[in-house]
Order: sequence, then C-alpha cells, then structure tokens
Amino acid sequence: MTSKQTVKFVINGDEVELEVLPHWSLLKVLRDSLDLTGAKPGCGEGECGACTVLVNGIPINSCIYPIMEADGKEVLTVEGLAANNGLHPIQQAFLEKAGVQCGFCTPGMIMSAKALLDTNPNPSEDEIRHAIAGNMCRCTGYVQIVESIQHAAGLMADARKRL
Amino acid sequence: MRTFQYLKPTSVREAQELLSHFGEKAKIIAGGTDLMVQWKKKLISPEAMISVRNVPELNFVRVDQGLAIGSATTHRSLETNPEVRRLFPVITDAVDNLGSVQVRNSATIGGNICNAAPSADTAPPLLVLDAVVSIAGKEGTTSVPISEFFGGPSRTVLKPGQLVTDFAIPAPAPNTGMAYWKHSRRKAMDLPMLGVAVLLSLEDDLRTCRKARIALGVSAPVPMRAKQAEAFLEGKSIDESVLTEAGKIAVQEAKPRTTIRASEWYRRELIPVLVKRTGLICIKRAGGKK
Repeated sequence: MTSKQTVKFVINGDEVELEVLPHWSLLKVLRDSLDLTGAKPGCGEGECGACTVLVNGIPINSCIYPIMEADGKEVLTVEGLAANNGLHPIQQAFLEKAGVQCGFCTPGMIMSAKALLDTNPNPSEDEIRHAIAGNMCRCTGYVQIVESIQHAAGLMADARKRL
Repeated sequence: MRTFQYLKPTSVREAQELLSHFGEKAKIIAGGTDLMVQWKKKLISPEAMISVRNVPELNFVRVDQGLAIGSATTHRSLETNPEVRRLFPVITDAVDNLGSVQVRNSATIGGNICNAAPSADTAPPLLVLDAVVSIAGKEGTTSVPISEFFGGPSRTVLKPGQLVTDFAIPAPAPNTGMAYWKHSRRKAMDLPMLGVAVLLSLEDDLRTCRKARIALGVSAPVPMRAKQAEAFLEGKSIDESVLTEAGKIAVQEAKPRTTIRASEWYRRELIPVLVKRTGLICIKRAGGKK
C-alpha cells in the first residue's frame, strides 16, 4: 500500500518520469528529486506563496499541490524562465527596479507576475496587487515589487514590438 | 509509513464506488488547500484520498434559467466567469478575495462547503440564493437545500459513501440585488471576522421589498439565515434605517462566539452595520437608489 508510484510530467520543457510517494507535494519533488530549489518552502500551508509555480500556466502553491496531480501536466518554475540569451524580462525588471531584497519571496513573486502578464499584458496597479496578494514579502512594502511588475509589462511590450 | 493511496477517478460513478469501498477510511480531495494542510498537521490520516479534480462532470458552470455549479469548480473559474459576475455578483463578491490567486486556482466551491467551516465564504451567498445541493450516493442521487446541509462545525448531512456533485440555483426575480460583505483585517489570505450576504427582490417601484434573504457567516456554529430579519424586511419600503433594524433582529438570531479573529461583542456590533451596508449595495445593484 505504501509503494512508490510513477508520475510523468514536463518540467521547464523537459519530460521527467519519477518514482514518488503519493503523499508528497509537488514542491518536495521539485526540490528534493529534481534539485530545483528556486521555489521556496515557506509556511508549508499555502499561505505565503514562496513556493508558487505554474501548472499548465496557472499559479498554484506547490507546497500543498499533490504530486500525483502533476502527472501529465506542464510545470514551470523560476528556473525555466531564463532563456539562453539571458534573463526573462520579469527577472530583468526585478533587478532594475530593486524588486529583490532578501530574495526569499522573489521566485514566487516572479511566477505570480508571469501568470498575470501572460493573461493581462498591461495590468493596473490594483490588478497587480490582486495578483500578488498571495505572495508574502517581509522585507519591503511591496512598492518596488509592484514597480518591477509594471516595468516588466513595459519590457515585455517592447520585446513584442521588436518581433 | 504514514502515506495514502491517491486515487483519480474520472466519473462520479467511479468516485462514488471508491468512496463506498473505502468508507470512513477515505477522504474526497478536491483542491487540497484544506486537506493537504490537515494531512501535514496530522489532523487526518486517511487510507485513501479520492481526487475529484479529474471528474469533468463535477467541473462546470452553467448559466441558463438559473445557475448550476459543479462541486469541483475552482473559486478562480467562478471569479473570472463574466456571466456569474453579471447575474450572480454575490458569488463573485465571495470568491474574489478568498485566499489568493494560487489558492483559488486549486480550492473548489464543493470543498469550501463540505469542510463546513462557520467562516466558509461561499456559504452565505449560496444560502441567500436558495441553492440546492445535489448528492450522489450508493442509492442514487438526492438533494437537500443548502440551509439544511450543515450539521455543525466541520459537519454536514453527508452520509458515508455520499459526495456532493453540484449546486443548483434558481433564477433571481426581476429587480433583484445581491451582495456579500466579508469583514476581515486583510483583503487577501484571511478568513472573515464576519460574513454577510443579502439578497433583496424589489417591487417595480424599486423600494418595496418583495423577498429578502440574509445569511451570516461566523455568526453561529454553522452558516445561518436570519429568517426573522428577512420576514421583517418583506413588504417594507427599504432604506438605511429599515436595514439597520433588520440587522438588529439578525443579531438576536445569531450566536457568535469570541475567537482569535474577533470577540463576540464585536461581532454583535458588526452584524447590523454590515446588514445595512450590504443591503444598500443590493438596492443599488437592483437598480434602485442607494
């Protein structure tokens, strides 16, 4: 009854097949089996958002996401954002606008920002705050994080124009 | 080793059969935002988790005459549904700031209701909408009004082997306004100190109340309707003072407690204020003057 099970999913573009225990969370598998330590264990209860990753493009708290539900899905973590030619515009924007202080919340913030900007390329400040309400930052007042996401929206719009 | 089987049925029938097979040793898991936390805290140790995430029959929002919502529908898909926002804004009010985007992408309305927390944000809206809960079991399908669904904190009328399949909501009458007010310290990631849903159907003068519904969360061991306050409003010309009066009657019907989020005294002070405030939103939404 306690035997391991096989799950198969796409992680940052690569297909993986893993043996897991059914009660493991997606976060545990990302960090312990796949050495992807970008998503952070914070509260472990879906309250703080530090573990935010995208499953089929949708942001979820991976600390309480059953690994068995990842089977057949596409998972994107902060490690999957940067391309060969450099940082993702959201990452670049967080650097330029000082949206990073201690950095613990940053991977989750960036993934929430990505999910927002993918569906709403030009969000208002209210929409940004609504989108990151589940991502706790204990260093800043969120102002520079909001500014970073606004800046990222601009960088991404510029990049689209160049295409 | 402490673990569980994770089962992923793809039909209601299959889910129901698994549930009958395991009985008390299984838990239905939807988004897992409550159950996974309870598991981690060792509050529950089921032999099997039966996931309803992959059951298409349980994941739908249908707007026709009324509204039907599958139990495994996430809060996020309700929040972003324009028809729900236009026709049943009391639901949008409740899901819009429930948890976070991440939580709403997983957590479901069926999970919110079946956990039967006194603070469940979707309960007061379903109560004022006269929702009917459909239940699948070994003996077939039954239904029960949402007002009779809760049996106490974390308790429902569900019997072993039964699961909730959907919520059916009748179409509101013309000139109806509905709203939910969640009173909390934060706009996100917080549970309500008090939740108030109001629905008012007005006569064509847009003042006289034909039908009133008032539901309170965190005001009693279960989400409750304030039926005397509702009866007081029906037939009256609605204004601020009449709504406050109804709120004072609702306080008499409520049984709030002192908890970590608010004291009994504070909750009693809040009820009339929030009944009035939410009622005024209803009048505005019904097309009447504020």
